[in-house]
Amino acid sequence: MTPPDGERPTGPDAPGQPAVEQSPENLPAPPGQVSSRGVRTGMFGAHGTGDTSGYGGLVAPVVFPAPTGRPFGGWFDEVADALVEHLAGLGGDHAHAIGAVVVDRGEITFHVRREDLLEVARALRDDPRLRFELCSSVSGVHYPDDTGRELHAVHHLLSMTYNRRIRLEVGVPDSDPRLPSVVPVYPTADWHEREAFDMFGLVFEGHPALTRILMPDDWPGHPQRKDYPLGGIPVEYKGGTVPPPDQRRSYT
Amino acid sequence: MTTFEPGPGRAAGAQEDLYAGSSETTEGRVFTVTGQDWDSITEGLAEGDEERVVVNMGPQHPSTHGVLRLILELEGETVSEARCGIGYLHTGIEKNMEYRTWVQGTTFCTRMDYLAPFFNEATYCLGVERLLGIEDDIPEKASVMRVLMMELNRISSHLVAIATGGMELGALTVMTIGFRERELVLDLFELITGLRMNHAFIRPGGVAQDLPPGALEEIGSFVALMRKRLPEIEALCNANPIFKARLEGIGTLDLEGCLALGLTGPPLRATGYPWDLRKTQPYCGYETYDFDVQTWDTADSYGRFRVRVNEMHESLKIVEQAAERLAGLEGAPVMVADKKIAWPSQLSIGSDGMGNSLDHIRHIMGESMEGLIHHFKLVTEGFRVPAGQAYVPIESPRGELGAHVVSDGGTRPFRAHFRDPSFTNLQATSVMAEGGMIADVIVAIASIDPVMGGVDR
Repeated sequence: MTPPDGERPTGPDAPGQPAVEQSPENLPAPPGQVSSRGVRTGMFGAHGTGDTSGYGGLVAPVVFPAPTGRPFGGWFDEVADALVEHLAGLGGDHAHAIGAVVVDRGEITFHVRREDLLEVARALRDDPRLRFELCSSVSGVHYPDDTGRELHAVHHLLSMTYNRRIRLEVGVPDSDPRLPSVVPVYPTADWHEREAFDMFGLVFEGHPALTRILMPDDWPGHPQRKDYPLGGIPVEYKGGTVPPPDQRRSYT
Repeated sequence: MTTFEPGPGRAAGAQEDLYAGSSETTEGRVFTVTGQDWDSITEGLAEGDEERVVVNMGPQHPSTHGVLRLILELEGETVSEARCGIGYLHTGIEKNMEYRTWVQGTTFCTRMDYLAPFFNEATYCLGVERLLGIEDDIPEKASVMRVLMMELNRISSHLVAIATGGMELGALTVMTIGFRERELVLDLFELITGLRMNHAFIRPGGVAQDLPPGALEEIGSFVALMRKRLPEIEALCNANPIFKARLEGIGTLDLEGCLALGLTGPPLRATGYPWDLRKTQPYCGYETYDFDVQTWDTADSYGRFRVRVNEMHESLKIVEQAAERLAGLEGAPVMVADKKIAWPSQLSIGSDGMGNSLDHIRHIMGESMEGLIHHFKLVTEGFRVPAGQAYVPIESPRGELGAHVVSDGGTRPFRAHFRDPSFTNLQATSVMAEGGMIADVIVAIASIDPVMGGVDR
């Protein structure tokens, strides 16, 4: 018998709950330590009357690592302090450029307000305490359920001087997918940004020639977005078609 | 739902034509075509004091290192502008990976940079392992085998780089020697993984299979043979006056240019900067091997060639050390112990070729219903990976190769993006080629050694 929620003792010392001690990894995370982006429904890819498993009604939130509070640990604090200090020294509104900071699996991610991306990149490259000389890559990620920030541009920076890596993440809405290009600071981002534009429709303002790079010039749509329509495969059997991969029955 | 939006300007251009206006009359629509003064335009063009030609080189040109298209603006034989056209080998691997399980992802990404398949697999698997939080649980033997395969692969990749580079500048003997040696490495791959290319051998959690009997002896005789044959390549090329004349001072890019344009790997080390992720940010236990980072100080194509040759010697050293360790690890596990992640069966060679080991089949079919269910679930559904993102770069033969893997907690990658060094390094084509002769463009590109499968993915 399960007691009502209000009476349930919590914490690792709670009596009578051996499962909690045996597998603490299965405990739900405390509120505030996760950030939800959309939900996952069902389990075996079958919906409606085809679902005989009974799991079709399952709804589980998709939770990503939530923002981390100070201290971040190790050199993360040094970088964060130097960056905040540098941005504050610029004056204006730049002091609020850094939003959430996520430390997860030994990697640090700075969520940057989009209008400040170029200044942040310049600070990271030029400040002698930061010295992120190399922009490893720029990639796009499409989170259709992250309302208001559907498209993310992710920059991976490397400091060879201090042997450190950080990640910058900028979220922009689908309806207005513009963000500043970092090509003036990191010329290597040229092709990476063209690829992110090609595949996700992210518009990098200030890029010298933002054209498609992998797809043909007249290609409609941006193929790596989650809402890009996929084609099925016709088979020579009574007009049958293998459905597109996103409509096939599959585990979710 | 869909994203079919016309680009800005496309719709406007279709409505109004500057040179062919139309008006409605009682006779129907009448077009009035106005034009410029074509006579003066052609005269003006003829008056130009320079002879500029735009040449489209590739994508089917034998000297462009694959399906690479070069758009060159020439003045005589001097290149005044050079641009790359890529995308001819785009296969949508990253998108495809989003519709397969995490394990199946290795089968896709191994096909990207097809000359360095183990590196693609390794960086992807290291990223997945970081997401899973099992980085410390990878068995030692799996790590050693990864190092062994990667270093053998580095040798074969550098051999192809030198061989095709030689072929492109007309030195066909360099090509035949390089490919002859590479064939030996591919034979080793075939012996160990069953395939010459596209192995999908490194899997999240370890490697697919243990070493077959006799592999260590084969590796030993290969190392001994390469110790004899690498000096042959050096004797043929290093001081060869024609070879040097074609390579020295060509495609120069100094350290500053390399960092600005994001070049890593041999082009960066040829500037004298010893940046090698195996030393600076070790993975797979590279910090425990004895080897040196090779540099050169000329920052040109010749320096990159010498760096590659010297790196092959270092790789042989690492292969030897790895083989030594493997000799002491006989029978040790090659896959993580967690049965919720580890691929259930070990493959074995049967009378009808390679397949699931008979022991495993006997176990799941005859002894354990739970084992059967477990096998079925892992193979069809796959394991779930906690939500988050990871980026674990490694030193591929061409530079920093990394996979940005994002999980939403499901059984398939939410997004996998590969930072391929060929893609990034190829951006330096313009800087290296402009102002030089057209024949030197070929040398400069060969010295970058782009693999178009990795560039276009």
